[in-house]
Amino acid sequence: MDKREFISKRIAQEFKDGDVVNLGIGMPTMVANYVSKDINITLQSENGILGLGPNPKQEELDKDVTDSGGKPITVTAGASFFDSAYSFALIRGGHVDITVLGALEVDEDGNLANWMVPGKKVPGMGGAMDLVVGAKRVILAMEHMNKNGESKVVKRCKLPLTASKEVNTIITDMAVIEVIQGKGLLLKEIAPGLNVEDVRNATEAELIISSDLKVMEV
Amino acid sequence: MSKLTTSKEAMERVRDGHSIMVGGFLACGHPETLVNSLVETKVKNLTIISNDTGTIECAIYNVIKTGQASTIIASYIGANPETGKLLMSKLADVQLFPQGTLAEKIRAGGAGLGGFLTPVGVGTIVEEGKRKIEVEGKQYLLEFPLKADIALIKAHKADVNGNLVFMGSTRNFNAIMATAANYVIAEVEEYVRAGEIDPNDVIVPGILVDAIVMVGE
Repeated sequence: MDKREFISKRIAQEFKDGDVVNLGIGMPTMVANYVSKDINITLQSENGILGLGPNPKQEELDKDVTDSGGKPITVTAGASFFDSAYSFALIRGGHVDITVLGALEVDEDGNLANWMVPGKKVPGMGGAMDLVVGAKRVILAMEHMNKNGESKVVKRCKLPLTASKEVNTIITDMAVIEVIQGKGLLLKEIAPGLNVEDVRNATEAELIISSDLKVMEV
Repeated sequence: MSKLTTSKEAMERVRDGHSIMVGGFLACGHPETLVNSLVETKVKNLTIISNDTGTIECAIYNVIKTGQASTIIASYIGANPETGKLLMSKLADVQLFPQGTLAEKIRAGGAGLGGFLTPVGVGTIVEEGKRKIEVEGKQYLLEFPLKADIALIKAHKADVNGNLVFMGSTRNFNAIMATAANYVIAEVEEYVRAGEIDPNDVIVPGILVDAIVMVGE
């Protein structure tokens, strides 16, 4: 199974019936494909939608209904539209249960860097800072290592932060890690075929090993 | 006096050095006709306030590319490479704010507030140069309101009074910018008599709208 599919499937298991969820662009968007049919979640999109649906068929295309990446999208029965100030009132006001975003780096304090690489890439933070601060729970969807084989789960973020101490759960192709504020990173699950040493070797940050360590099942 | 006019006539209000809010979220709800006319005026030294400065398919792309803006205030510029070039070269002053902060700055400007406190940006480079205020043990940044000389917005339908109705997710920055500029120009697909819009459906009340332009006119 493709890494991104594996991560997306595992993240989808984190949702509960009734959750309001905002999915970031890229891999986080894939998570919607794997949500259990037994639960109902409401997808929020920061450009002003509650009740995001699947991608449109050709005959459903509507230039006036797009997701936060600007792509045409459908809405579910019972959806609603609102303006950007209202949308971020919902986000900062704690009315979004979970946000799923990508990461360039995450560290032992739950600090997240995912919006800029100085001198290289400065696309702007968009809604990421508001989402990470405002959502009740922040889940990162990320590959454990970057393209150069370096750990993205680090002792201390070096890149400019998106938010300080806001990350709750890190889900990668190798592990599920919970950020315990004041304590550190708790390794709760490891991917099939790996052992604790494999994960430790791929992780710059210190890991606390759960006494109830499990294998990731997707 | 009728608010209905052409895009070219409406742009006669715009002067060098003006601050201009442009509604839309990427291409969704982008006031294409109005922004094309803004490019044709060749006014310069503008402050452009836009969530994202559009995509390469949007009219606003040309405002940025032709160098009409000396200041750009946005939250995301990844879909318009020309804005990124200005940021890197420092040929324009590009200011980035978290999207919710940008939206709230505009709302505050239109609502007569002197600013607001947000937890977003605390502990990041966004807090640089800003006052931090603690309320009940939590840190917030003081952010100031944002207003503009002109707002260019896109709606679906207007009546003769300027009451506006929106479709889908086009409300985004359009609806709030209507409150925060001295002169508001709305581009619409439909123009109807008073009474043809149910008051329950009005998102932007007509008193905020100074001029109405039909798409393509």
